[in-house]
Amino acid sequence: MSALPDQRQPAAAGEQPPAGLADPPQVAGRGGARGRWIAAHVLPPLLFALAVLAIWQLGVRLADTEESTLPAPTQIFSAMWEIRDLLLDNAWVTIQEIAIGYLLAIVLGVGLAVLLSSSLLAERAMYPWLVVSQMVPIPAIAPILVIWTGFDMRPKVIVIALVSFFPIAVNTIDGIKSTEPELLNLLKTLGAGRWKRFWTAQLPSALPFLFSGLKIAAALAVIGAVFGEWVGADAGLGYLILTLNNQVATSEMFATIIVLAAIGIALFGLVQLAERLLLPWYHAARKGSDS
Amino acid sequence: MAAVPVAPAKLVVEGVGKRFDGDDGEAVVALAGADLTVAPGEFVSIVGPSGCGKSTLFNIVAGLTRPTQGRVLLDGEQPDSLLGRVGYMPQKDLLMPWHSVLDNVTLGLEMSGVSRRQARARAQGELGRFGLKGFEKRWPSNLSGGMRQRAALLRTFLAGRELMLLDEPFGALDALTRQTMQEWLLDVWQADRKTILFITHDVEEAVYLSDRVYVMTGRPGSVQMCLDIDLPRPRKFELHGSPEFVALKQKLLTPLHEASRRQLDAVVG
Repeated sequence: MSALPDQRQPAAAGEQPPAGLADPPQVAGRGGARGRWIAAHVLPPLLFALAVLAIWQLGVRLADTEESTLPAPTQIFSAMWEIRDLLLDNAWVTIQEIAIGYLLAIVLGVGLAVLLSSSLLAERAMYPWLVVSQMVPIPAIAPILVIWTGFDMRPKVIVIALVSFFPIAVNTIDGIKSTEPELLNLLKTLGAGRWKRFWTAQLPSALPFLFSGLKIAAALAVIGAVFGEWVGADAGLGYLILTLNNQVATSEMFATIIVLAAIGIALFGLVQLAERLLLPWYHAARKGSDS
Repeated sequence: MAAVPVAPAKLVVEGVGKRFDGDDGEAVVALAGADLTVAPGEFVSIVGPSGCGKSTLFNIVAGLTRPTQGRVLLDGEQPDSLLGRVGYMPQKDLLMPWHSVLDNVTLGLEMSGVSRRQARARAQGELGRFGLKGFEKRWPSNLSGGMRQRAALLRTFLAGRELMLLDEPFGALDALTRQTMQEWLLDVWQADRKTILFITHDVEEAVYLSDRVYVMTGRPGSVQMCLDIDLPRPRKFELHGSPEFVALKQKLLTPLHEASRRQLDAVVG
């Protein structure tokens, strides 16, 4: 940004002409590239959403639909503002459930992946059951969990962990398997034992796969939280939807759904950010192969 | 034992063979019986067509595979396991994409318990010789093919084994890069005279680099001939055109060509 004035006033930079001439176009070029990137990646989805909202608003107005059937976007946003305290209090409950359940899913998923990868027998014995466990409709287990643990946070956390650990486990197992066998052989010839080979080669190879699993799990965790709260809760956004449903407060329900979606998006973004910070090499390699 | 010279050879391979049990219960013989000797400080190459069992032989010498017959002697002794005793560089560079070049080349040192700081200091001293100075902080994905190969070689050198196995290290490089890399490898080898056993299917490369060349042919593979390369050192690129060089190349090409001709005839019928 500060380079732009320099470019417009070359006389001011006259003391060091070569540097002054070489630098600004580069920076300006970069700024231009950034601008183009925003124009190409941020603008289209934003405009598309605005168009959808406009059509929605217009359609509701023209058809004169009841607010309790389909509220207009403006009605949803004003309802959101009106019940903001209610939304924040209940969001805090759901966020806590998701945070704990998601962390539990990571521990469970990665732990299982390491266990199953550590021995062929363990994998053969347990992998089919890992798949079978996903055929069980987990929200259906929630009532049983309520019988076991009561109406506190525990059944929700368990449901969240159960629905979201699977993609983490399966992706991590695939990632560990993706390690180049020649690299493991090389480590053997360097005298590395089994755990050293795991830490040096297999775990880093698995990380990009683990992050793919974490992103899928982020979306599932929000679904798990809502189901968990529907079975039995006295707070949380899922519980709030049920309550609002009884009052036919449709605008407020939409507002709650938006907050739930925002939590999911935030979790996804957090995972994406962690991936960028922890796996810079992965993005460097991908960028390198793109250009 | 008669084959062993007076001074204990660095490496002796005696009648080594490998048989795999195939899926259909039939045994597949990958290596019928190989004999070779490498003296300390020698540069020895093995040439042969693909499928002649040279990689199997390599894995046996590296300790990754156990032979089903014969034995391997290192410094005149038969160790329980060759793992961790021999430097090993396979055809792929196998640089870990998640480590910088510097942390890749120190892998061998760190595996043998050298602290990261000391390992890095040792590596820093060698970066110039391996043409990697200024590139040590980069990701391997940002390096050219020749640089990646030099980094893999530095990793093998730093691991500090006296015997190093190099399996077609320049096989994936273009012809020009390959030639400069050969010249460079000779310079590096000349400086500290580690023992090298080198696999290639390029006869010219074998003659240019080696003190001695073994020819392996056939399925199952076996060592067919051994040729001393008595060209003076240090060798320069111009050597490729000399009559002695061409004659040695021809001597090696003849059995290789005959073997591959026989293989083709067997298939064509």
